[in-house]
Amino acid sequence: MTLAEMQFQIPDLRLASAEIFMLLMACTILIIDLFVKDQRRTVIFVATQLTLVGAAVVTFATGSGEIAYTFSNMYVADLMGDVLKLLVYLTVIIVLFYSRGYILEREQMARGEYYVLVLFATLGMMVMISANHFLTIYVGLELLSLSLYALVAMNRDSVPATEAAMKYFVLGSLASGLLLYGMSMIYGATGTLEITEVAGRLYSGQANQTILVFGLVFLVSGIAFKLGVVPFHMWIPDVYHGAPTAVTLLIATAPKLAAFAIVIRMLVNGLIVMAHDWQTMLILLAVLSMAVGNIAAIAQTNLKRMLAYSAISHMGFMLLGLVTGVVDGDARFALNAYSSSMFYVITYVLSSAGTFGMILLLARGGLESDELEDFKGLNKRSPWFAAVMMMMMFSMAGVPFFVGFFAKFSVLQAVVAAGYLWLAIVAVLFSLIGCFYYLRVVKIMYFDEPINTTPIHAPMDMKVLMSANGLAVALLGIFPQALMSLCAFALLRSL
Amino acid sequence: MEFKTFVFYFFAAIMVFAGLRVITSRNPVHAALFLVLAFFSASGVWMLLQAEFLAIALILIYVGAVMVLFLFVVMLLDINLDRLREGFWDYLPLGSIIALLMVAEMGLVLGGNYLGLLESHVPQAAADASNVQAIGRLIFTEYVYPFELASVVLLVGIVAAVALTQRGKRKNKAVSPSQQVFVKARDRVTVLQMPAEKRD
Repeated sequence: MTLAEMQFQIPDLRLASAEIFMLLMACTILIIDLFVKDQRRTVIFVATQLTLVGAAVVTFATGSGEIAYTFSNMYVADLMGDVLKLLVYLTVIIVLFYSRGYILEREQMARGEYYVLVLFATLGMMVMISANHFLTIYVGLELLSLSLYALVAMNRDSVPATEAAMKYFVLGSLASGLLLYGMSMIYGATGTLEITEVAGRLYSGQANQTILVFGLVFLVSGIAFKLGVVPFHMWIPDVYHGAPTAVTLLIATAPKLAAFAIVIRMLVNGLIVMAHDWQTMLILLAVLSMAVGNIAAIAQTNLKRMLAYSAISHMGFMLLGLVTGVVDGDARFALNAYSSSMFYVITYVLSSAGTFGMILLLARGGLESDELEDFKGLNKRSPWFAAVMMMMMFSMAGVPFFVGFFAKFSVLQAVVAAGYLWLAIVAVLFSLIGCFYYLRVVKIMYFDEPINTTPIHAPMDMKVLMSANGLAVALLGIFPQALMSLCAFALLRSL
Repeated sequence: MEFKTFVFYFFAAIMVFAGLRVITSRNPVHAALFLVLAFFSASGVWMLLQAEFLAIALILIYVGAVMVLFLFVVMLLDINLDRLREGFWDYLPLGSIIALLMVAEMGLVLGGNYLGLLESHVPQAAADASNVQAIGRLIFTEYVYPFELASVVLLVGIVAAVALTQRGKRKNKAVSPSQQVFVKARDRVTVLQMPAEKRD
């Protein structure tokens, strides 16, 4: 192709208006921060929250539900992207409300940069969710990761936080390297980086299979690193434990939605022809994650560390839905399987936000309360919050009828429908082992004597949100159908 | 062997050797200089692919700016790399066994045949356009979205660097020179009159 032949279409900026809005507002807030004298940064906090609400309005207003491409097919707007983006905004809004009190007590973190970095991380997630090009996925991922590295390190005087940031940075860079190497191999095999184009060339059989499989191995390893599944999970416990709890809350929630989106974009949209190859790899990762995550979590005495291992096992469980989409070249169950995964990841984010929020609720006076012992006798200190925490734990363990139960149930249904009975049995067994450590938290809260008897005093907004979060987990457990059909509908309109 | 192939292997061999020396040399300055050599050979390979812009950018940016800064840091900070890398030689046998195993596996998977890359659809260089022109045009048209996002990544880098190094108001005991020149002797020393105390 010569230069003269190159046709350039002016991109349709309207489709990407949410991203543009987010970027402009993040830069504006960065400038406003220069003129704010208030030590509490209330103006910045409010502006950040309004930005997220504004982005939700923009996404809602510009989303048509149709698949549309812009920026030379590098950006895709579809219903799955819109739903996931709205959930990301909602999660980040909740995260910021929960973290407000915590960061105000830490001088290093209570600064405008905290909010700006959170907004840039959100932008990174939005870019990942709407990417239709391997390059865009990579840039979005780097934007997200770079903001998170800085956020983890922000509480500089804390040695564990610095160590966690260093580990996260080094291992995250390694993972990005693996991902890039995989992408370059896929480029070598297909001659393009555009995801829909890769799928097209694979259908017509114009690709070098050997290099493709080779690239796929690196791609899956990179994804596994970012999702934190075994054997690429080493960073998760240390980062979750070392990072300030407010940042752990962020890392443990919204990025999981974006990671789910890039898995769907890369593996399902782009490399569905190779489904047999990547499904085998994902089965291995899923089984190992459920085993290591659930068993190692039992040995933990620190709640953040325990939840880190629980995150590993949950991500393993989520992968189960993705491995059952295509059976012997038949994609009949694909929609069902992928929507069960999406439902799983959304419910996990919901209960994870509540659990880490509870640690933040108990942390007061610049001290953490992330040990299991800190939850002893919570029922005597505050029966309502003990009940909310119990709902979160039941949901994570998969006790009927909380939302986590339906998430596990729909994934297992997809697994059995695809004919992997042994996989379903393994998953159930490891979930049963997992019940032990979730229920131990409940036992500690209700049957142990409290060590610390000070009543809980949290700001009103946090109490209200935490209660809403707990009720959402319970109510979605009773009426899961609406969210399930939303996931199925979003994927139906997008794949 | 064609001359171009010979040049490629020549550069590639130097690059691999330099890369090895980067991680094995005990002197951090030597390691940094070997990294410069690796970059030079890489830019030679770029040149063979007729990607002259990338070759020049590699030299200008990495060798000219990044590595010089890096050398400064290595020389100014007294980092004891030997202590940092304690255990490197202990882990080397196990690490090299695993690395060799992986290389062997890759070799088995990919076979010879130049990794089969010749059969794949690598886009041909445009005949009538210069490299710089083509890259410039593509960056601002087709690749404008990732290009703009890359600039956002740089912005985040700046914000993060400032957030991590700036301590807000200064907490050290520095004095303002403009105020200090007006200090009089009696501001500095105050003579107190105290009654003498009796020893018991």
